[in-house]
Amino acid sequence: MSTAIEQSLTGAPEQGLKSLTLGAPGQPGVVPGHPEQPLTAARSPSPADVTSAPEPVFGDGKDAFHRVPDFTRKESDAVERVPTGFGGRETSRAGDGELSCFHCGEPCPDPSLTKDNKAFCCRGCLFVHDLLAESGLGQFYDLSRHPGVRVRRSAKRQQWAYLNDPALQQRLLDFTDGKVSRVTFQIPAIHCVACVWLLENLFRLQPGIGRSQVNFPRREVTITFATEKLPLSDLVALLASIGYEPVLTLGELEARKGDPARKRQWLQVGIAGFAFGNIMLLSLPAYIGLDSLSGPLFKIISGYLSLALAAPVLLYSASDYWQSARLSLRQRVLTLDVPIALGLAALYAQSAYEVVLGRGNGYLDSLAALVFFLLCGRVFQQKTYDRMAFDRDYKCFFPLSVTRVTAAGEESVAISNLRVGDRLRLRNGELIPADGRLLSGPACIDYSFVTGEAVPVAKAPGEYLYAGGRQIGGAIEIETVKAVSQSHLTSLWNHETFQKERASSLNTLTNRYSRRFTLIVIAVAVGAAVFWVAAGEAGRALKAFTSVLIVACPCALALAAPFALGTAQRLLARMQVFVKNALVIERMAQVDAIVFDKTGTLTAGAAEGVAFRGMADGRWQMANTGQLSALEEGWVCAVARHSTHPLAVRIAQSLADKVLAEPVEGFAETPGCGIGGRVQGHEVRLGSRAWLAAGGATSLSTALPSGVAQGSVVCLAIDGTLRGAFVLTNAVRPETEQLLRGLGKHYELALLSGDNERERERFRDLFGSDAPLHFNQSPLDKLGFIRGLQESGRRVMMVGDGLNDAGALKQSDIGVAVIEKAGAFSPASDVILEAGRVPRLSEVLILARKATQIVRLSFGISAVYNLAGISIAAAGILSPVICAILMPVSSITVVLFACGATNLAAKRAGLTR
Amino acid sequence: MSVILILILASLAVALAFLAGFIWAVRSGQFEDTCTPAMRILSEDDAGKQGTPEAKEATSGVGRQPGGS
Repeated sequence: MSTAIEQSLTGAPEQGLKSLTLGAPGQPGVVPGHPEQPLTAARSPSPADVTSAPEPVFGDGKDAFHRVPDFTRKESDAVERVPTGFGGRETSRAGDGELSCFHCGEPCPDPSLTKDNKAFCCRGCLFVHDLLAESGLGQFYDLSRHPGVRVRRSAKRQQWAYLNDPALQQRLLDFTDGKVSRVTFQIPAIHCVACVWLLENLFRLQPGIGRSQVNFPRREVTITFATEKLPLSDLVALLASIGYEPVLTLGELEARKGDPARKRQWLQVGIAGFAFGNIMLLSLPAYIGLDSLSGPLFKIISGYLSLALAAPVLLYSASDYWQSARLSLRQRVLTLDVPIALGLAALYAQSAYEVVLGRGNGYLDSLAALVFFLLCGRVFQQKTYDRMAFDRDYKCFFPLSVTRVTAAGEESVAISNLRVGDRLRLRNGELIPADGRLLSGPACIDYSFVTGEAVPVAKAPGEYLYAGGRQIGGAIEIETVKAVSQSHLTSLWNHETFQKERASSLNTLTNRYSRRFTLIVIAVAVGAAVFWVAAGEAGRALKAFTSVLIVACPCALALAAPFALGTAQRLLARMQVFVKNALVIERMAQVDAIVFDKTGTLTAGAAEGVAFRGMADGRWQMANTGQLSALEEGWVCAVARHSTHPLAVRIAQSLADKVLAEPVEGFAETPGCGIGGRVQGHEVRLGSRAWLAAGGATSLSTALPSGVAQGSVVCLAIDGTLRGAFVLTNAVRPETEQLLRGLGKHYELALLSGDNERERERFRDLFGSDAPLHFNQSPLDKLGFIRGLQESGRRVMMVGDGLNDAGALKQSDIGVAVIEKAGAFSPASDVILEAGRVPRLSEVLILARKATQIVRLSFGISAVYNLAGISIAAAGILSPVICAILMPVSSITVVLFACGATNLAAKRAGLTR
Repeated sequence: MSVILILILASLAVALAFLAGFIWAVRSGQFEDTCTPAMRILSEDDAGKQGTPEAKEATSGVGRQPGGS
């Protein structure tokens, strides 16, 4: 018998969330279009819809929230300039003769919507255009081509009313003194120069706005406004009306983490560089042997000047190294900072001694050079990517407000103000903010981000709903049972894994090597001193001792890792693999087990998974025969577009190129069964077989043919005749099979999924026979599994995408978060990967291993220099010149080697494709 | 001989002035965002002008009074 699982349009498998379901499993029931709500089309509007902006559908990738530039576009590419005047600009025409909107560039379905010879796609764009024209902001259109952002969701002012709550404002605003307030918003829709310009000229649109400043890399704008003249809600409404709606999630209430360390680092590098250059200039005569010519006064003065210049270097620029050395000694761990501190102390002491004796500048130039190079290495290592957030928790996923129903009516209330027992109304696409009980309306909840279940779950009134799920379909009402922070999902963050910071890895390659290094250096120094004392030259003994400490330059040692790993980090970033910091790469090289999540990571519910099996004469046809004609596909697409059910959405997406701009009459959606409508006089119905049969579709005798792949099946009847069925599979991303086979050779693999078991066979094939495959995993189960692996001694990398993976990602040694597109939410992780890049994971790991090998080789190179230097020093014949040459030469060699070899390794690994 | 000392001190003074300028620039936050200022200069005239909301401007194109909205 066929192994296909047939489901109705809603069909949810009966085992819902394994450890989350209470009560009876849900019955299949699709949410009907709520009678009062118009069923609006999800994609580009048909002519009838031009007057109102359509509702966004969950998963619609192009709403204003997420209109972000192509993932591969670098920031510098954002600049476009079309230098034509505002008045005389022609409407641009798309290549196929279609008009594109003057404001946002999308296709214009209604050719009659024009003004001044410019076409617009919707009234929203026209409105913004007029608004800008009235306010004298026409230059907006000169700065970029089609710079506007389409306003998808016409928001009402009351929607933002909750923002005027003073308690909320206190957490949201950067600063306020009653008269003037300053707020920083994140606006993903910022994508070009014109956006920057417009947002910085916001004061012209609205009195009450003072200054606004955009931070483009972070997609943020900071606005100063007069609190009395302009309430915060109106400010946000204004931004939303021009297409730049700010992201308002619970995470915005958290105090914004400033970064004062950055400023300090710049100052330290600047001062060290300044001192380095000037001390070297002052030491120049000593290098070329002319210092004795100018008389003793010169030596004295240049000596004291150098001492004065080197003092801030020692005390300020190197302060982090002193602190770190002290800390590590207290913890009885030898890190690299200990020999560095030792070296600096020896350098300054010896030099001070020589300056006071009037013998010249001593080793101060080497001191300044050492500090300067070290700081450069640190700056290189700490590259951050402003747009990527590696530290998000659930708060950045939850919206800030939700609609509450009270006796007085509906109001928009901040989630932080929700109380147990509140009645909430959730519309299509909205998130359930707290655990609650369903009060009214059949619900269809998408838990894919929260539990990993691929198919939405149908719930009936009275059932328990978990926070984090998204409602699909019409509006529902729920009653909250728990507070937002106590819901089942958010309680995950109370787990101890999230309480502690990752054990600060003092156990890096560099520190391990430096332990041996320090001990050897001290041994040699002491040995040399003892030798010379025994040989009767006590003065030389002291000189040898300090010289060894000075020349044993940890500089090259300290630069190897930052430059090799930093180069690797930048190379990965070019491939759209963003790593939190350079040390993550070192940890990646030690990984020996990789655990994957299923939904959203290995699979994607995309249009690829839709196939049609035709039926004729009561018998199922072979694949590829009995297919629909293009016209019929257009009818199906037109009908499917009117439904918000994910299966219908996918069918419509897969047929999107055949869409007809024909009206559909008599569209009706029957809960649990199907949808139907009339197009061009033909009756089209999509749904379960039983429902179609009841509706009179003929020839429904046989079951589905064997060989139909597992997945959801949606039958199609046109004019009463069953024509076939759409088979929708959750497509595994292409090249995943190749990736898993390749990884399986070197790593232990495992699959942890919150979804049910129905795809076990398919993944058994992909993963091989040894890999553990676990389904129905709760977030805590996943965390526990990873912990189990770690306790058995393995280093684990977790690859996941949703909130249900948050615990596992935190617990694992390396957490890799997969996102669909830039700006999408990702749980806290060490690496952020765009979904299409998951197949390149094996190359990423190869690069990490190679980079670590290069670090070891660089240690070798620095060891050679150290050997030469120590030999000279132990013999007691070290002079400042030798030191001044040795240090830069060794550093530069190591840096060049580290960067060059890493680039070569990347090319060989095929990463620069 | 003494000339060179004077020269060294003078040049050091100039260099210190530049260092002071650098320190001031870092402290006033000019190094925090190195990308957006590059984009700002591409728009002409009064981009970045601070807002008195009633400010008149002479922009290209439409030369009308800014309306409140």
